[in-house]
Amino acid sequence: MRHVITALVMNEPGVLAHVANMFSARGFNIDSLVVGRTEDPQLSRMTIVVVADDRTLDQVRKQLAKIVTVVKVRDYRDTPFVSRDLMLVKLSASPRTRSEIIELASLFRGHVLDVGHNSLTVELSGEEDKLDAFIDLVRPYGIRELARTGMIAMARGGHAMSLVGEDGDGTSASAPSGTVPPLAQAGGRPVRAAAGRMPTQEELEATPPG
Amino acid sequence: MSTFTSPAGAAKGIGSARNKNQEKSGKRAPESRADGQSGDSTVDSGTGLPVLGWPTGRTDRYIGKAGAEIMLQMLVEHGVTDAFGYPGGAILPTFDQLYKKQINFILVRHEQGAGHMADGYARATGKPGIVIVTSGPGATNTVTPLATAYMDSIPMIVFSGQVRTYMIGNDAFQEADVTGITRPVTKRNYLVKNVHDLPRIINEAFIIATTGRPGPVLIDLPVDVTTSRVEQAIDDTPYLPGYKLYRTGHSRMIKQAMEVINRAERPVLYVGGGAILSDAWKEVRDLAATANIPCTTTLLGVGAFDEHDPRSLHMLGMHGSAYANYAVQESDCLIAVGARFDDRVTGNLKLFAPKAKIIHVDIDPSSISKNVKVDVPVVGDAKLCLAEMIELAEAKPRQAWFEQIASWKRQFPFSYRNDSELPKPQAIIETINQVTEGKAYFTTGVGQHQMWVAQFIRWRFPRSMITSGGLGTMGYGLPAAIGAQVGRPNDLVIDIDGDASYIMTAMELATIRQFNLPVKVAILNNRFQGMVRQWQQLFYGGRFSNSEMVNPDFAAMAESFGIRGMRCGRKEDVRKTVEAMIQHPGPCVVDFLCETAENVYPMVPSGKGLHEMELGLLASAPPNSGRELGSLA
Ligand SMILES: Cc1cc2nc3c(=O)[nH]c(=O)nc-3n(C[C@H](O)[C@H](O)[C@H](O)COP(=O)(O)OP(=O)(O)OC[C@H]3O[C@@H](n4cnc5c(N)ncnc54)[C@H](O)[C@@H]3O)c2cc1C
Ligand SMILES: Cc1ncc(C[n+]2csc(CCOP(=O)(O)OP(=O)(O)O)c2C)c(N)n1
Ligand SMILES: [Mg+2]
Repeated sequence: MRHVITALVMNEPGVLAHVANMFSARGFNIDSLVVGRTEDPQLSRMTIVVVADDRTLDQVRKQLAKIVTVVKVRDYRDTPFVSRDLMLVKLSASPRTRSEIIELASLFRGHVLDVGHNSLTVELSGEEDKLDAFIDLVRPYGIRELARTGMIAMARGGHAMSLVGEDGDGTSASAPSGTVPPLAQAGGRPVRAAAGRMPTQEELEATPPG
Repeated sequence: MSTFTSPAGAAKGIGSARNKNQEKSGKRAPESRADGQSGDSTVDSGTGLPVLGWPTGRTDRYIGKAGAEIMLQMLVEHGVTDAFGYPGGAILPTFDQLYKKQINFILVRHEQGAGHMADGYARATGKPGIVIVTSGPGATNTVTPLATAYMDSIPMIVFSGQVRTYMIGNDAFQEADVTGITRPVTKRNYLVKNVHDLPRIINEAFIIATTGRPGPVLIDLPVDVTTSRVEQAIDDTPYLPGYKLYRTGHSRMIKQAMEVINRAERPVLYVGGGAILSDAWKEVRDLAATANIPCTTTLLGVGAFDEHDPRSLHMLGMHGSAYANYAVQESDCLIAVGARFDDRVTGNLKLFAPKAKIIHVDIDPSSISKNVKVDVPVVGDAKLCLAEMIELAEAKPRQAWFEQIASWKRQFPFSYRNDSELPKPQAIIETINQVTEGKAYFTTGVGQHQMWVAQFIRWRFPRSMITSGGLGTMGYGLPAAIGAQVGRPNDLVIDIDGDASYIMTAMELATIRQFNLPVKVAILNNRFQGMVRQWQQLFYGGRFSNSEMVNPDFAAMAESFGIRGMRCGRKEDVRKTVEAMIQHPGPCVVDFLCETAENVYPMVPSGKGLHEMELGLLASAPPNSGRELGSLA
């Protein structure tokens, strides 16, 4: 099953490499991965399409959330969302076929970006299926070059994924699990690697027998 | 993409809001900084910021100081008293600061040794291990120790030199893409590009390495960062918006877990390295006692539960006790605490604990349901979660269950026949156990001897087992023992090593000599990579391809380093040799010649369930052929 995951990550070198490496090291299959800027210059947003069953998807999300430079993660298993993919495609076009292609493009709400003596470049955006359908239709004319951005996605409705917004960290969505209040609410001391010492003999002897 | 410094005022996550105290900046009291020793560091309840012991924020206290000087100053403030490493061109500015001797620096013989020493130090003390090495080969030599520490969740910080920032990417002399190389084996790594970022990054590194699920952090330091000076006030507040700490478990989950436990007739506690990391041995003991539950531990969890306690099932897993493995397979409720269902523990996953409801207490959400589907997850720190669970525990007699366990224990103790010409390795370990009463820090290499150490020492003390579990790094034993000894100067530290493992890092004998560390080494010399030999015997038709070792005279070798060397090859000498080794005031290496043709049992063959283990001699052992565990108690 294909799943869409979005992640807000710190905008710094090495984060993309870390995420990509985690996927390959753990044998998760990426269909597409898109990174771009957000409203916050310190954060980038990744949209990742993975092929995974539900259990693997849980692991993918948790492993992403575990990376220190990954700030928030969510998937859209149970959430309606909108998605878009953007494509540029350069087609062979003779004066005879040109108008046909333009007509097809406009049926798909595409734009012609460039016209050459025997070529035509079309920009098209939409859900992935729509782009696939268009590619199918124009293939007979001859595709010279094709570039797609890969999918970006966003939940429908008012929920926003940002540093201050709704919490989409890898654990809350996984629900049955012990979703615990973040440290900020929990208060108290942080969990440090405990400084150990050997218990004294008395402490051990104090163990109730049986 | 570019690096950035912490912004003011963003909400949530560590350091995303400022500590109020910082405003009255000027005065700081670094000497009061928590050192990881006390465990009393607190969290600002408003911001979620772990309080480092003094306020962070915009400050002018770094002005005029060079990167290397700031680094040393901050190490001291973070409670660092010891570090391990090796110099080189790119890290010389830092070594020049070490000349002031603010911290005890252990000069090693190979950077791999420095890494394992820091790791052994961390496991013995709970403080993060610190490593300082040069660029290129110095840094790449730390990759194996980083991977070792990462697999076993050990807090450690490696500072590596790097070529000047403007040379990076030009194939400069001794340049390596160290952050690229180490990314998969560190919890977080940094390339510091500007000295103004250094204080914040060091603060972050200590938090990341020591909190939550601990792990190694690497900081790559270009020469121009360690040599250039801070010229303006800078903000050293850690900025970790993506970092979440889990502490107390969800109360609903805890209640649910305890309902399952209180109902259970055949529960088993399965305790791992996380219980050691969170210092939860008292809580483990109290839960086992209050709810009356037998307890088994992983290789990394041994010592978290007193093995003299009659509820102890000793280690489980591939080479664990038959009674622990049978108990897990028969149990109706398995309570995992800080353990990660490693394949060496579970055997064939499809056959693992088929009748059990599984409860998992772990601080890392990604550990939950990774290998085994968990019924009741409790995400949080083992110590804090168990403390709450104990409150709800009900005592149950579970007589039938304990009788069943006692009968397995009588039938299938760890055992061996001491019937060969040379002493059996197990006999030597048993003797060490008797002489020390288990009151020592033990380190190991990897192989048969490691498993026998786990089986034949009666573990009573948290942190007393120091071994590479997840990565299984041969050569770990000697440097880890050095690190443990540096951290525990007044305690007995014994490396019980294999001949092949030992010689992988034996050059560190020179470090032992130079720093006069009273480390004891007992080499179980079977003149083979015994574990490999065992597999070749069992699964490769006895074709012993490249597993036989021709070894030096280990005693003479130690003497050549100026260290007391002894050799023992007769059964009747084992006890007095062990006593002599322990009584020797300085370092001492003993070459114990022992039987080659001995295999580790029980053994769960790969692909089999835990109950399908091969018992070897155990099944047919007449009662007096080997020692029963009881005789050790
Ligand atoms: C030759 C060889 C043979 C081996 N055979 C065996 C064997 O027979 N039996 C065996 O047990 N092992 C064996 N091992 C070791 C094995 O490979 C694993 O390293 C080991 O089982 C893992 O132990 P663990 O589950 O305790 O996990 P660890 O690696 O110690 O992981 C700790 C877990 O605790 C969690 N944690 C960390 N901090 C906290 C905290 N504060 N609170 C709560 N949770 C926390 C972590 O998230 C993690 O899930 C063998 C190794 C070798 C090299
Ligand atoms: C660095 C490294 N290389 C190879 C291995 C594979 N390996 C595991 S155990 C073992 C043999 C260990 O021999 P020794 O140290 O003599 O211990 P013994 O089994 O004889 O007790 C080998 C080669 C490993 N774990 N680590
Ligand atoms: Mg050997």
